Amino acid sequence: MQFWVIQTLNSLALGGLLFLLAAGFSLIFGLMRIANLTHGAFYMLGAYIGVSILKVIPNLWLAALLGGLAVALLGGLFERFILRKLAGNELGQVLVTLGLAYIIADLCLVVWGGDPIPLPTPEALESPIEVGGFMFPAYRLVVVAVALATGIALYLLMERTRLGAMIRAGVDDMQMARAVGIPVSRLFTIVFCLGSALAGAGGILGGPIMSAYPGLDADMLPLALIVVILGGVGSLIGAFVGSFIIGFVYTFGIALFPQLAYVILFLPMIVVIAFRPRGLFGRATA
Amino acid sequence: MATAALTVSGVNALYGDSHVLHDVSFTLGSGRVLALLGRNGAGKTTCMSAIVGFLPPRDGEVKLFGEPITRLSPEAISRRGIGFVPQGRRVFASLTVRENLDVARQSRAGTAVPWTLKRVCELFPRLQERLHQHAGSLSGGEQQMLAIARALMGNPRVLLMDEPSEGLAPLIVAEVGRTIARLKAAGQSIVLVEQNLKLALDLADDVVMLNTGRVVFAGGVAEVRDSEALLTQHLGVF
Repeated sequence: MQFWVIQTLNSLALGGLLFLLAAGFSLIFGLMRIANLTHGAFYMLGAYIGVSILKVIPNLWLAALLGGLAVALLGGLFERFILRKLAGNELGQVLVTLGLAYIIADLCLVVWGGDPIPLPTPEALESPIEVGGFMFPAYRLVVVAVALATGIALYLLMERTRLGAMIRAGVDDMQMARAVGIPVSRLFTIVFCLGSALAGAGGILGGPIMSAYPGLDADMLPLALIVVILGGVGSLIGAFVGSFIIGFVYTFGIALFPQLAYVILFLPMIVVIAFRPRGLFGRATA
Repeated sequence: MATAALTVSGVNALYGDSHVLHDVSFTLGSGRVLALLGRNGAGKTTCMSAIVGFLPPRDGEVKLFGEPITRLSPEAISRRGIGFVPQGRRVFASLTVRENLDVARQSRAGTAVPWTLKRVCELFPRLQERLHQHAGSLSGGEQQMLAIARALMGNPRVLLMDEPSEGLAPLIVAEVGRTIARLKAAGQSIVLVEQNLKLALDLADDVVMLNTGRVVFAGGVAEVRDSEALLTQHLGVF
């Protein structure tokens, strides 16, 4: 019984981390039509930056905030000075975002070395909490809570503010959004920074669970892609539901059928693409 | 003639290799309504696209109250004061009516009575009833009203309307016509692209006719009414 409970919690925690990653990926793709293949690298870079910040400021939450900001800054510069010039050039975008992902991966290897570096769990959350006779790792519960809070904040931003409505207008009909004076160029930068910040902060919050290690980027990017395809590109709710579905599928897949983990992971995605090409929550795009 | 609100001079525009606008020039006087007429494919919509920045002209110039806006981005052109009601309405379907209006809101210095949510709802009471409905669920007529209201929320100095009566029931067409007449009475400068000749001639002060991407006539509305030859030759109306 303890196995199922713990794996469930692990699934939720992975789902939460995936949501931080996939929400930004999905928003960026929905608005800008760019499949940002650097997104996994932003996650890993966040984790490594967190390692360095924690040496100076031993507070994981502050580190996640600062690391998120640092990655947001990098993302913003990347968008303004490079991606911006490649509007409509899909192959160029794929190559540039993939290229930057490799560059970041190499630089991380040079700066932080090749050994996995675990990020310390905040002291207050180190000991498990007992609920109904089961021991829960407290930190994982908090990760789920942070993901939930982030999801609610993003939902409010998108659905209840003028900025969010402008972003959705851009997703609906980019050209018309520009023709009514919506500063689409600024929205691109805002959304790209926001997505990068979430990825970077996610890397740091995931650090105590997953550590920072070379290849973390390549492990996370496909998961984010699967989440977004499953949930529907550009849909926040889709990213949310998709993240937790994949969190469960991946965690239980690895635990129960380790040799078939990827089959279990990719099969639902292939089925969804075949029968619901826009994903569970995707909608037709103009 | 009154102050020039919008001046299009010597505009050439191309879609890839195909040359669709040839040296197009015309002037819209401030507070006037100019009907841009022509057969399907004559270049009317392309002309709109060139003005709003969707299809930057290869050469030539577009000026808004004397200020050049040629080759600016669509959002910059909108910010300078061009309001656009596109063909096919193109409302933001997944946004509510209120959000459609809200995202298009722009304030403009020197607007005597600025358009607000309240005022556009007075102009189109049906939108008031549907403020919280998704724009995609509105009827065609309501979407057209929303497209006009959305353009007004930007407090445009010049309003471009591309086929506002297209695909609407006669009663709704009449309502759209009355709305345009009210806007004109309030001093709004308007370029109106219209297939509905009666509607266009009823509302317009001036007429510009395009044929295969060239201006073939520019003059007062009375001249067009009186000249069957013009209508036959360029519009195919008998």
